[in-house]
Amino acid sequence: MRSETHARPLKERFARGLGAPICLTWELTYACNLACVHCLSSSGRRDPEELTPDEARRVVDELAAMQVFYVNIGGGEPMLRPDFFDLVGYAVDQRVGVKFSTNGTRLTAERARRLAAMDYVDVQVSLDGAIHTTNDALRGEGSYAAARSAMDNLAAAGFGPFKISVVVTRDNVMQLDAFSDIADGYGAQLRLTRFRPSGRGVDSWDALHPTAEQQRMLYHWLRDRPDVLTGDSFFHLSALGEPLDGLNLCGAGRVVCLIDPVGDVYACPFVIDRQFLAGNVREPGGFSTVWRASDLFVSLREPQSAGACASCGSYDACQGGCMAAKFFTGLPLDGPDPECVFGHGEAALAARSTLPQSAVGHSRVDRSGVPVPVPMPVRLRAPAHA
Amino acid sequence: MLAEDQDGADVEAQSEEDVDELLVEEVSIDGMCGVY
Amino acid sequence: MRAAAAPPAFEPDRGWRLNPQVALRAEAFGALAYHYGTRRLLFLNSRRLVDLVTSLHQFARAAEAIDALIPGDERAHYERALARLAASEVIDAV
Repeated sequence: MRSETHARPLKERFARGLGAPICLTWELTYACNLACVHCLSSSGRRDPEELTPDEARRVVDELAAMQVFYVNIGGGEPMLRPDFFDLVGYAVDQRVGVKFSTNGTRLTAERARRLAAMDYVDVQVSLDGAIHTTNDALRGEGSYAAARSAMDNLAAAGFGPFKISVVVTRDNVMQLDAFSDIADGYGAQLRLTRFRPSGRGVDSWDALHPTAEQQRMLYHWLRDRPDVLTGDSFFHLSALGEPLDGLNLCGAGRVVCLIDPVGDVYACPFVIDRQFLAGNVREPGGFSTVWRASDLFVSLREPQSAGACASCGSYDACQGGCMAAKFFTGLPLDGPDPECVFGHGEAALAARSTLPQSAVGHSRVDRSGVPVPVPMPVRLRAPAHA
Repeated sequence: MLAEDQDGADVEAQSEEDVDELLVEEVSIDGMCGVY
Repeated sequence: MRAAAAPPAFEPDRGWRLNPQVALRAEAFGALAYHYGTRRLLFLNSRRLVDLVTSLHQFARAAEAIDALIPGDERAHYERALARLAASEVIDAV
């Protein structure tokens, strides 16, 4: 794909005032039957204030009226919602496309057949290791087998191309070719996304985020593989040379956002924190008013200050990187990304006096409030800490 | 930086096509940061 | 699902129309076009281009639509834009 560096000013103009999101993430529930070490939404326990099935349908109505093209449904584990299929059907019937992200534990053969019969539904199965030892160290014993089983079910049902979504870590970055082989075996699309220090990810980010050398390798691997999706999550690597495919900018509050299980609207799923909370869909103006007029989103759509990055010749390429990566590593938002390809973030990280710690969120906890793994038939190991 | 030099040369040599390119730009629905 | 065959090349002397699988959403800069089949998203960066695309079906030939809506000195640019839209299956030959 030819360089679009010259076109970026136009794309930034779009980011300043879209009438509606292009697509958005909708976390349907904080309930989850796994306890992944790095969970970006700190999921585990269902929130008692979850949107009711009727409230959820009203959200779909709004999205359809706004012509949001697509929702990316996740959680927690969205298939744990009793109204999961009703809601997905309701959305596609109103021409709101659905992609949902799942750990696969509930994707039985019968449900795979049901999904295969639906239009405008995409499925994304999470996998963080090409072999079970790598995967299960992060996601829990049995989770690799469950994910592969879900994929087998989708293939057997004739679902067509689904997506395998991988969070790239220090431990799996040498398995990229193996992930690609798994995807090829199913006729599926491989999707690699950035490990952000969000949710429970704070606690393991220092130990598990890819090294600078690994990131360079990843950038070149992605440049050679235009068929691999990234959700534009590696735009910070574009400072290394020709930009990767995608808009190459932070979409939070500009072209995308998050609706969480209790209707809270955040800039994106990687910044579930009061500082990035724009409003709630239960407010009188609904989601559309939050999107159009919330203070947070209006301010995100202003030109952002380069701050400490102003003197760097590559700011146009990376725009200072990811807000979530900076926020949850305790770095200032108007400075370098912790994974700045020129190492400016490393210096900032070394200068920190305290390390950030994850909030409990909706993680399952023991009586003293400490997050614990899920005690259940699939035996999970205790989360590894940095 | 090498990439910037190359881009500058591209823009000068292809200004007519640039306008065309800017009339229509394409990206995948997966091509925006901030979704799952 | 992606079409099995490559879409026909754009010819101004044929009739064209917006693909029914494409949603067009007006914005200040022009429009967003989303193809539900291919999952491709396109930015149409001028309102004139959007008017052209939405009016195409009213003319027997695309060339007539261009005559009606596009200043003479920009014809070539808009023809090339329509060619890109045809290649992305945003517009269909009638």
